[in-house]
Amino acid sequence: MTEFLSVNGVSRRFRGLVAVDKVSFSVNQGEIFAVIGPNGAGKTTLFNMIAGVAPPDEGTISFRGARTDGMSADAVCRLGIGRTFQIVRPFPTLSVEDNVLVGALLHRTDMSAARRHARDVLAKLDLFDKRTVAAAALTLPDRKRLEVARALATDPKLLLLDEVMAGLVPTEIDRMVEILRSINREMSVTILLIEHVMRAVMALAGRVLVLHHGTKIAQGTPEEVVRDPTVIKSYLGAEVAF
Amino acid sequence: MTALWGAMNTRARILLGVLVVMLLAAPLALDRYFLSVLTLILYFVYVGQAWNLMMGYAGQLSLGHALYVGVGGYVAAALWVHYGIGPWLGVVPAIAIAAAFGAAIGWLGFRFGIEGVYFALLTIAFAEFTRIGFDHIPFVGGAGGLFIPYEQDRIGEWWNLRGGQHLFYYLAFLLAAVGVLITALLSRARLGFQWLAIREDETAARALGIDVFRAKMKAVLISSGMTAVGGVFYAFYNNSLFPTQIFNISRSIELILAPIVGGIGTVFGPVVGAFVLTPLGEVLIALTEWLGIDLPGVKAVFYGLTLMIIITLVPTGVWPWIARRLDLVKNEP
Ligand SMILES: Nc1ncnc2c1ncn2[C@@H]1O[C@H](COP(=O)(O)OP(=O)(O)OP(=O)(O)O)[C@@H](O)[C@H]1O
Ligand SMILES: [Mg+2]
Repeated sequence: MTEFLSVNGVSRRFRGLVAVDKVSFSVNQGEIFAVIGPNGAGKTTLFNMIAGVAPPDEGTISFRGARTDGMSADAVCRLGIGRTFQIVRPFPTLSVEDNVLVGALLHRTDMSAARRHARDVLAKLDLFDKRTVAAAALTLPDRKRLEVARALATDPKLLLLDEVMAGLVPTEIDRMVEILRSINREMSVTILLIEHVMRAVMALAGRVLVLHHGTKIAQGTPEEVVRDPTVIKSYLGAEVAF
Repeated sequence: MTALWGAMNTRARILLGVLVVMLLAAPLALDRYFLSVLTLILYFVYVGQAWNLMMGYAGQLSLGHALYVGVGGYVAAALWVHYGIGPWLGVVPAIAIAAAFGAAIGWLGFRFGIEGVYFALLTIAFAEFTRIGFDHIPFVGGAGGLFIPYEQDRIGEWWNLRGGQHLFYYLAFLLAAVGVLITALLSRARLGFQWLAIREDETAARALGIDVFRAKMKAVLISSGMTAVGGVFYAFYNNSLFPTQIFNISRSIELILAPIVGGIGTVFGPVVGAFVLTPLGEVLIALTEWLGIDLPGVKAVFYGLTLMIIITLVPTGVWPWIARRLDLVKNEP
């Protein structure tokens, strides 16, 4: 059986700085896999390499048997990897629905079918009532939801979520956890997420990878990882509440 | 088509219907002069629409669209003058060659990441080089210009665009109508939404699987090809072509004013813009003559001031403002 997503020894350097240093891991089909680590650990850089934004300086990435390192971002998306941006990038003057429609049109040529799909996705993300509003008018939590909706509309097999909980209040986090779980289970979308909110990581992830200064310092179930002495020392510290 | 009609509310439908009927009946009521002004308006609706697709929808600023008008006009005129090939046939190579110019500009710009203002400079450079080039092509008359002869026995050959004001008026009407229809259809199609996404945020568009280079190339090909048809019309309407005039940057600017004033990225913006600006230009000419002001550039100054006032008052264009005022937009998509 070929692996779903496998990342083998990837590195990325920015001038002198090694942002990601020989990181390897693999994600199984159907699971929710989390990447955690302190600010500047290299999480987004790792994501960008998987999403085809920038090729790794070394190492390889393959998705369902096909090498994807060196592919362009749009080609990676067409293969079935959807991604959100940590710093949200909505299409500001387009309506919320049209934002999602752009994603829905990736694998649909019929406009009314695409609209229907976009509305279904909007309903899933609790954005249906705001569908006629311009994206620029949304609040940050809604923009985060829009990021997820837009990526989900492309019918991904793997969804890369970069800190979609940041800026949400606890009740909103719980709701997002619920939504992501249903996307994972009911729509059978594999999820790879970067998250600082440990409450969400503990609730969602089957496995967790911890990144620190660009290197992988631990991997395991959430329970294993939070008890790991190196993780506690370098990242979680004493003050993290669960 | 039915979807387009369905997207309009009753009030908008009635207004559009009245406008179409009035334009169709205009030759019955208007004299030669007014009909020529209306022809000019409809011509600017058409070429403005072509430019609007590229800038208003795909977000790529071209300041060299006179290039496509000129190339289209010259190709069809040369084929007619030298080989007797009529414009209905000549329009095909005219489109192809203008689109080839568009493809060259697009390829250079989009492949090598020449964006925004720099892309605009590239489009100006191409138009200028072509202007200088045409000055030195004896086949098309060089700097001395290319003339389509006035042949008495050919008058009435409407299929060769040898006819009077009525012929050209209805042809301009057809062009404008087709231009509006193409924009309306594309803006509701998959390609239109890909363009909007690229205009708004290229990185995000790419992340949604859009091949940005391809979509932009389609925009420049469609826009340049459409503009070339306007050039063919222009050539046979005026019967003379001069490189210094037709490829002039002022022609490129003139062509983009209607969509800007009317509202770029909208279907009816270029229509409203052309109906506001062209008569305004005519009024200014008449006014300066009447006042006896004979200073060079006085019309340009007036024109510029008026533009500044309009753009300051309604920055997103006159059409979105009218549409809101008259309640012509359906809120429910
Ligand atoms: N385009 C870039 N050019 C130069 N340095 C960069 C670039 N992108 C990231 N870096 C650097 O690489 C390191 C890793 O950044 P990255 O954004 O991947 O971290 P992160 O784990 O996502 O952090 P955060 O939790 O703050 O989002 C940081 O030191 C950052 O400053
Ligand atoms: Mg990050």
